[in-house]
Amino acid sequence: MTLLMGTGEVLSHKKYGEHYHALTIVAPEIGESVRPGQFVNIQCGEGTAHILRRPFSVYRVHKRGGWASTIEIVFDIRGPGTKHLSSLRAHASVDLVGPLGRGFAMPSKRAHCLLVGGGIGSAPLFFLADELRNEGHRVDVILGARTAGLLLNQIDARRLASVCRICTEDGSAGETGRVTDLLEETMERCKTEIVYTCGPHPMLAAVSRVAMDRDLPVQTAVEELMACGYGVCMTCVMPLRQKRHGGKEAEAEYVYARSCTEGPVFDGSQVIWDGTTPSSTEAVSVDQSELSPAGMPTRHDFPPEPADEHAPPGN
Amino acid sequence: MTIRRATKPPPEENSTDLSVKLGTLELKNPILVASGTYGAGQEGAEFVDLASLGGLIVKSMTLSSWRGKPPPRMCETPSGMLNAIGIQNKGVDHFVQEDYPWLRKRGVTVIASVAGNTVDEFVRVTDKLRTAAQQISALEVNISCPNLEDRDNMFAHSPEATAEVVEGVKASMPRRPVFAKLSPNVTSLTEIAEAALEAGADGLSLINTVFGMSIDVETRRPKLAGTVGGLSGPAIRPVAVRAIHEIHQAFPHVPIIGQGGVGSAADALELMLAGASAVAVGTMNFVNPRSPIQVAKGIADYMRRHGVDSVADLVGAVKLEG
Repeated sequence: MTLLMGTGEVLSHKKYGEHYHALTIVAPEIGESVRPGQFVNIQCGEGTAHILRRPFSVYRVHKRGGWASTIEIVFDIRGPGTKHLSSLRAHASVDLVGPLGRGFAMPSKRAHCLLVGGGIGSAPLFFLADELRNEGHRVDVILGARTAGLLLNQIDARRLASVCRICTEDGSAGETGRVTDLLEETMERCKTEIVYTCGPHPMLAAVSRVAMDRDLPVQTAVEELMACGYGVCMTCVMPLRQKRHGGKEAEAEYVYARSCTEGPVFDGSQVIWDGTTPSSTEAVSVDQSELSPAGMPTRHDFPPEPADEHAPPGN
Repeated sequence: MTIRRATKPPPEENSTDLSVKLGTLELKNPILVASGTYGAGQEGAEFVDLASLGGLIVKSMTLSSWRGKPPPRMCETPSGMLNAIGIQNKGVDHFVQEDYPWLRKRGVTVIASVAGNTVDEFVRVTDKLRTAAQQISALEVNISCPNLEDRDNMFAHSPEATAEVVEGVKASMPRRPVFAKLSPNVTSLTEIAEAALEAGADGLSLINTVFGMSIDVETRRPKLAGTVGGLSGPAIRPVAVRAIHEIHQAFPHVPIIGQGGVGSAADALELMLAGASAVAVGTMNFVNPRSPIQVAKGIADYMRRHGVDSVADLVGAVKLEG
């Protein structure tokens, strides 16, 4: 795959609810080749005050129409980069690199797919849902957020999914609770065969654990802070269990894999979510969080779990 | 040395000779990529012809593979970034077996960056390069990484430790120019530079990152898992210019590879006028992997505009009086 670096034109800027901005960008070459779960890295403003590009997972791709192909990204305002992007209107140009990273693997045969998204982290799952449905797979969705305003485009989620469950922590929309509260019941009801998820780190950990308990493959799109996005800076690493030939995997043996090139989609059963290393996301401050592909705030107050539950089940 | 005014029409676009000599190291142009900002070239090759770079200083390599520090390893700061990576790399064997042949095939000018926790490790890495990567153009000795376990005893903070490493590396590979990469976080850079040169360093790389730290006031936790990290990017350029100036004044004949916040031709020229014979683009590669090529082109433009025939005429050409 060829990486492209160049200029795209903003076709439109709209808002989803009160929080989320969406930019549709004319970028034909990227739109043609990007896969769900991949991201683009955008320069946000001129000058050297904030030098780094901001990564955004692709929310939607539109391959038809007069401007095709276009890509759409969604974000909320976290720091100077997203603030700059929120000021862009039609015809503005953006400097972008993409498509970057390894996206979601599609099922090899027709499957029941459960997509679990938290807040703005749901963004790449919409593109994924489009593609899964195009290929004839069944798509079910659990969409969660802290509060109703942070749910991303629940109207489209309902349209795309066979079963769509919405939940908020404060009960302001859908059921009251977290996506993980609905997981097992939904998996049962929908006869889930593959789980795809994107959202805050503790949510990915919890979803992975439930999926692994049921021996279901789980693909997680992680959120790590990136400086370069194309594999050279080594900052966006995730601890992965080291694969060893023959022997049993040892808990202590892990490698740091780059989220930008080996991810951002990882096999949830390979990621070491906690325990061995300091949780990579608790310390991320909000203004830095726009340096990760879906800009997830990661200081969600998930309760700490007892240590014995940290061990991957079934091993 | 002064910059001469053009007395004849500027030569054609492609005729500007950007070649430069740093002692015995000959480069086709003075723009390199800094260690740790271009890997071993594979990723950057998506964007540029690596052979057109003045040279590629590869990510520092150690005797065995290093896992590096836990994330978060990075945070953005005003005009720069902090990192605490801890030289995650696959080790020198991986370099000589995989990266080096790949780079050779593409005609890339390779400068190998060597790192280690002990003098012996530096020497053993260099031994392996001598036997298996003979055609590397030069060595950069990374004695100034701020993210090693024993931060308080960084080699480049002590003249004795600096000398020991440089001497060991030079003895292991005497036929290749050795550049000691120094830390700006010292009281007397000149003293450290002198120690490196007396120990046999052929040149100096100035500067490595500047110690820094950033705290999230909401959580009261350091933004880096490693607490302290190295500051890089345009924020540190004046620190680099000062360091290069100081060392060039003290040792005018010693070739310097300048690095620190370079993203444009003007940035690179600033370091050259201070005394750098070549300049490495670092952090700005993260933003624009093509910037080294653009910087080289910009220098050619500058030379035509100012009637400068040779890159060497720019080195240390800052006008200090008048």
